[in-house]
Amino acid sequence: MNASGTAYGAGSLMLVVGGTSDIGRAIAHRHAAAGGALILTARETARLEPDAQDIRLRYRTEVTVVGFDLLALETHARLLDELPALPDIVVCVAGLLGDHAVSRGDPIAAKLVMETNYVAPALLLGLVANRFEARGRGVIVGISSVAGERGRASNYVYGSAKAGFTAFLSGLRARLSRTSVRVVTIKPGFVATRMTAGFKLPPVLTAQPEEVGAAVAAAIRRQKDVVYVRSIWQPIMTVIRYMPETIFKRMKY
Amino acid sequence: MKLSGWGRYPWVEVLPEEPRTDTEICAHLACAPSLIARGNGRSYGDAALNESCVLDMRHMSRLVAFDEGSGFMVCEAGVLLSDLVALFVPRGWFVPVTPGTRFVTIGGMVAADVHGKNHHVAGSFGDHVRWLDLMLADGQIMRCSRQENVGLFNATLGGMGLTGVILRVAFALQRIETDLIAQRLLKAASLDEAMDLFESNDAATYSVAWIDCLASGGRLGRSLITLGEHLPRSALPPTREGRPFADVPRQRLAMPVSSPAWVMNRRSVATFNALYYARGRPGERIVSLASYFYPLDAIGAWNRLYGRNGFVQYQFVLPKAASREGLRAVLDRVAAAGAGSFLAVLKLFGAARYRAGSLSFPREGYTLALDFPVSTGTFKLLEQLDVIVAAFGGRLYLAKDARSGAAMLAGYDQLDTFRVLRERLDPVRRLSSLLSRRLGL
Repeated sequence: MNASGTAYGAGSLMLVVGGTSDIGRAIAHRHAAAGGALILTARETARLEPDAQDIRLRYRTEVTVVGFDLLALETHARLLDELPALPDIVVCVAGLLGDHAVSRGDPIAAKLVMETNYVAPALLLGLVANRFEARGRGVIVGISSVAGERGRASNYVYGSAKAGFTAFLSGLRARLSRTSVRVVTIKPGFVATRMTAGFKLPPVLTAQPEEVGAAVAAAIRRQKDVVYVRSIWQPIMTVIRYMPETIFKRMKY
Repeated sequence: MKLSGWGRYPWVEVLPEEPRTDTEICAHLACAPSLIARGNGRSYGDAALNESCVLDMRHMSRLVAFDEGSGFMVCEAGVLLSDLVALFVPRGWFVPVTPGTRFVTIGGMVAADVHGKNHHVAGSFGDHVRWLDLMLADGQIMRCSRQENVGLFNATLGGMGLTGVILRVAFALQRIETDLIAQRLLKAASLDEAMDLFESNDAATYSVAWIDCLASGGRLGRSLITLGEHLPRSALPPTREGRPFADVPRQRLAMPVSSPAWVMNRRSVATFNALYYARGRPGERIVSLASYFYPLDAIGAWNRLYGRNGFVQYQFVLPKAASREGLRAVLDRVAAAGAGSFLAVLKLFGAARYRAGSLSFPREGYTLALDFPVSTGTFKLLEQLDVIVAAFGGRLYLAKDARSGAAMLAGYDQLDTFRVLRERLDPVRRLSSLLSRRLGL
């Protein structure tokens, strides 16, 4: 454990919400490889059990699997109450890209994207923050997205939800800045996962899931607030953020 | 995307599918006109290529069970050997048979029935497989072992993925006391000397020879032979006392771009070979397990060394009785062509366990592996070598092959049984690769 009372790896317990995703799996592997214990959640625990067993065998660490539906807001408090222990680190990896062409015209589909990327993760991490604050320490990690920095024509439903999540994490961080509770926002950029399979992604901008796992480890150890997984995204997003709206709105991407 | 084997020749345009569960593999089998499973892409030629569908198995990478007492391991086919080495060597376990790179998948090791430097004492990897789960062309999952579905089991070991998609493999790891190898280097001034050394050192656990394939005349076949034994804990050097498992494999260098094809020419290879041979000092050393088994793994993407057009590897085995004469004929031919092979590796295989219907490569006798940059000259030379290998009753290693014709399969004595099995299980050849079509498997 370091000065501010946060720990990673050996001796610490990490809860990964969305443990079946490629990124969730990579974050879990990295923590377990450093000696940490894990609680993984998924809607269908049967799907997660082989992954959990894999981690146990590889790293000889404790892995607990918990059934949890992030979208069922009424179950959030119960999840935290019933955990074997309040974790040291909570990572929320849940995300849904959706099909923008559908989201544009179908409010139910769009709502699902918004809830999965913003409403549900933010509210869960809000509850976690309260408990961490009461305990006096803890690390919250939200996997947000570069898509949340500006609404693009081609995916503003997803982007706006990630924007909301990023803003929520930023507010949480500010609220807890005088405590020993830390809030980390990870912006992965493109990642080669099941979610992006079949997309033609530029290799320089595209991280492997393992890089996200490493970025989470580094962010916690080095006490970072906001992290781009590949640093090349930093200048790119700076340009995009400061581009005048009159130009930005005409960009086709 | 452009997809090729390790030799970067040939290639096809295909976007591999990345299944994560048995169900997803089953769905691909139902939809794709034909497909082949692929591991980490370390087979050299066209064994893991198919234009319509390639299953990249690397997400099927979960360990399923491990017994700390006996070393019994069950894992999914896409698990990387490099992961097993990194995780289990520090705990005192190593695979019973390892190929010359750790960047292969367990499924690939089964499909190619890989061999290692200990073939003469331990057999091939398939000899250590207790059972495997195979998904047939029709989506059915079959547990195969020496007790159940034996024909399918035999045909899958070395079956190049053509009997079905390998899902899970059970095998036993071997105990090691340290992560070090006691290596002994012997120098052979000629082919005869090298072969005598192999035969007089058949009690050594590991043995392999690097051979200077450009040397001719009286020096034909001059070699450096390295023998190896796992170092027992009692022999740990003072610097490692009390720390039997402390090796941290070195940071990998990588070939950032392809070198121009002319870099690997007759003169550069001859110079390298002469220096390498001269530098080899006979005697004993203690080396790390990684540097002993995986010297080339220290250089990432070393396949770029041969330039953009890629390279072909040529590995054959000759029956032991025909080896002396046959190897001489091959080396004469290679030296006469002046075609320098950077990596030329000689090894004596032990007797192979009889497996009906298996296309497994190893059989008792000498195996030689050579590699050459892709060129018309190379292909002409290899055709001449084919004639020699066939005349001596030898066979080519399918995991390395990219260009031979169906006639070269004559060296596989179980070919007919394999074909009958395939005809019965997969008459439409749903499981097929460029290799299976090229050879009519």
